Amino acid sequence: MNRDPQIDSNGKLVHLLSIEGIPRDILISILDTARSFVSVTEREIKKVPLLRGKSVFNLFFEPSTRTRTTFEIAAKRLSADVINLNVGSSSQSKGETLLDTVANLSAMHADMFVVRHSQSGAANLIASNVAPNIHVINAGDGSHAHPTQALLDIFTIRHYKKEFAGLRVAIVGDILHSRVARSQIHALTTLGVSEVRVIAPATLLPSHLSQLGVQVFRNMTEGLRDVDVVIMLRLQNERMNGDLLPSAQEYFKNYGLTPEKLAVADPDAIVMHPGPMNRGVEIDSSVADGRQSVILPQVTFGIAVRMAVMSILAGQSQ
Amino acid sequence: MAANRKSPLPDAEQLMTALIKQIKGNIKPGTGIIGIFTGGVWVAERLHAALGTEVPLGTIDIAFYRDDYVRRGLQGNVKPSDIPFDVNDRDIILVDDVLYTGRTIRAALNELFDYGRPGCVMLAALVDRGGRQLPVAPQFVGAELKVSDDELVSLEREPDGAMQLSIKPRAEVIGKK
Amino acid sequence: MNIHIKGGRLLDPANGLDVAKDVYVCGADVASIGEAPAGFNADRTIDASGLIVCPGLVDLAARLREPGQEYRATLDSETVAAVAGGITSLACPPDTEPPLDEPGLVEMLKYRARSRNLVQVYPVGALTQAFEGRKLTEMSELGEAGCVAFSQGDAPLPDARVLLRAMQYAATIGYPVWLRPQDPNLAAGGVAHDGEVATRLGLPTIPAVAETAAVSTILLLVRETGARVHLCRLSSADAIDMVRQAKSIGLDVSCDVSVNHVHLCDLDIAYFDSNCHLIPPLRGQRDRDAIRAGLLDGTIDAICSDHTPLDDDDKQLPFAEAEPGATGLELLLPLALKWVNETGVSLVDALACLTTAPARLLGLSVGRLDAGARADMCIFDPAMRWRVDSSQLRSQGYNTPFTGHELEGKVLYTIVGGQIVYE
Repeated sequence: MNRDPQIDSNGKLVHLLSIEGIPRDILISILDTARSFVSVTEREIKKVPLLRGKSVFNLFFEPSTRTRTTFEIAAKRLSADVINLNVGSSSQSKGETLLDTVANLSAMHADMFVVRHSQSGAANLIASNVAPNIHVINAGDGSHAHPTQALLDIFTIRHYKKEFAGLRVAIVGDILHSRVARSQIHALTTLGVSEVRVIAPATLLPSHLSQLGVQVFRNMTEGLRDVDVVIMLRLQNERMNGDLLPSAQEYFKNYGLTPEKLAVADPDAIVMHPGPMNRGVEIDSSVADGRQSVILPQVTFGIAVRMAVMSILAGQSQ
Repeated sequence: MAANRKSPLPDAEQLMTALIKQIKGNIKPGTGIIGIFTGGVWVAERLHAALGTEVPLGTIDIAFYRDDYVRRGLQGNVKPSDIPFDVNDRDIILVDDVLYTGRTIRAALNELFDYGRPGCVMLAALVDRGGRQLPVAPQFVGAELKVSDDELVSLEREPDGAMQLSIKPRAEVIGKK
Repeated sequence: MNIHIKGGRLLDPANGLDVAKDVYVCGADVASIGEAPAGFNADRTIDASGLIVCPGLVDLAARLREPGQEYRATLDSETVAAVAGGITSLACPPDTEPPLDEPGLVEMLKYRARSRNLVQVYPVGALTQAFEGRKLTEMSELGEAGCVAFSQGDAPLPDARVLLRAMQYAATIGYPVWLRPQDPNLAAGGVAHDGEVATRLGLPTIPAVAETAAVSTILLLVRETGARVHLCRLSSADAIDMVRQAKSIGLDVSCDVSVNHVHLCDLDIAYFDSNCHLIPPLRGQRDRDAIRAGLLDGTIDAICSDHTPLDDDDKQLPFAEAEPGATGLELLLPLALKWVNETGVSLVDALACLTTAPARLLGLSVGRLDAGARADMCIFDPAMRWRVDSSQLRSQGYNTPFTGHELEGKVLYTIVGGQIVYE
């Protein structure tokens, strides 16, 4: 496990597990391919025959209807057969191990696994143990990575801002537990964004964040000053009152995105959120629905980006 | 190498003129022109300008419809297809640079039909080099060439827009990819 | 049986010896060094030319998995693995199922180990009943049954009041307390060092302060109680510094590290290698360097294997869900030699950390090689190279961060009480 399992010995992307370690040119080619799929999703028949006859298994050890649905739509628009498995509620509770489950599904001639799991590294483990012709897409593992979300975020940023160089991007919220934030940070720094800022109270920050090439702000107004992109993160209910934060209200007061706080950002700044949103906790409704919000386009682009990832990976089969 | 060939390739610009002449006056008003990436788009751009039609030019990238995807994956940089007019019941000229096996045209037709149901679809190619593997026949051709199967003919475009044909041994081209 | 060990390089850390001398074993003891005793007739002559002859290794932490976890390993498999690793005495932590908190369990373990007649097994008793951290165990009874010290294993430390009383009580009846310092609240839910690697991988952390906060409390309680405390498996630079200072003011504390931590740091986790899920977690490079410095200046007394046999089902899981630990009995010596080769520390000093020092901490007279000493010995080829894989290991547990690595140094003979138990 000392080699990045998502890149093969020829430098080709064979799994998508994390943004970290993916070279810039591969990221760009995913974004370019996704742009072509956007035009597919705008036509009368929103479907291409690329993955005809391939079986994509949505393997969700942690429930997430929204993410699963976007992968399902993406796979179907590529003409793949999609099998949805909520494993959390079936074999795992019967004591079958993760790798047993995967081995069983591989025997059903799966071509691709889309994996969501509550443990960091679960998708890596699966990718390291599947046959070489099977591709694994990490749809979120613990606090580690959520690479397709980060890809759709950078696709959205590119769509609205054209270039990455010169941009200031702020990521606000629960960085400590966020796989989305980690993947975004790697994507943004790899693409040469000038300043990546994270804004959060110390209880929601991992200890060595600055070594990932970001600037850490505790104060929202200072952190948002002159930024071009504001990415809000979802605050999980269970973190709202306890030893991380005293209350949702106090969090909103200090870190909720309101029109007043957004006013210090660049006037053309866009506001993003991976969803689902907690209105009145991390974001005010007037911002979520406002002129600068690109939260709904993110969802649309998300399908095209996932189509791009699937078609690039499935095309690497030998 | 092209220099080793006994008979020189025809001049692309002359073929272009011939092709325009064939098509002019043989199409209905409102006919849509769709170029196939990459060389087909260059030819289609010239056709579109010469014919002076009001229907905007369409472009198509067949990457998502190729029949060799399973073997070769997505090749190169996929361009977004863009057909900025309603294809339903419209006459369409599909434009390619070099017509060979017919597989590209098959893929382009499939993609075209995912945009709607066109009226009549015609095919224009700057060069027909033979070697068809599918029942595809062009309505408009600049020239027919006899080329052996281990050679590849391709269209190139200079920065000033001038086009020329070139021919290379297949091994060399495959090796580069 | 009379054994003549001929032509070897004799290393005896207890006496600071590194000489080319023959060793003569008579019955259970070393009869003489250099010259054959009068009338010595060898029943067996071992040609040790090119080999190193040293006291048998003494391992302060090796889990044998009995009682209760025989599915992971057994006394049969692990005592064989121990002597294959040149280990002639070992202390086994009380983290069995149930924990070693009753004399009957200890007696059974001692009896079963003795019947194997291989490695000498010294159980460490549980400090509190069922490791619950509330009630003290019957330390006198357990001591009579064979326990040499008392410990919580890797179970959470009791609160400071219970810890104080446990130390007072152990001191009263004259037993040392072995503690792995880790504040259970600061470590709760964690699996990796709180550094850049855990930040990148999104793994829940055990910060170094979980260790230093516990060391601080323990050292204050040692001052208060006068108990003899041994700190197990230190991992952080700051904790080693605290022990260095405590020793400098004359506090009676000792400490050890696992051989894995002499070599590895959190970077070795790479892409979630669950073989690197260890307790305590692999820390930063600075900490690893501090461990090596602490061994050199004597702050750290001993190196142990921290042998934890696990099966594939324990390890083939996402990092945090995988059971922590690694096999170690057969890697202890070659990994110590790797440290020698990498740092230039003398072989005698390195072997002291594996023999004399742990023997002293266990209160044993073994770990030395002079006339009259018990003949517990290890004879190894320091240059023989071998690749770590399951087929090469006798332990039932073969998961280790060093899988696939090529190591130097292989034990060829192990002698316990004058008997050749491995060759």
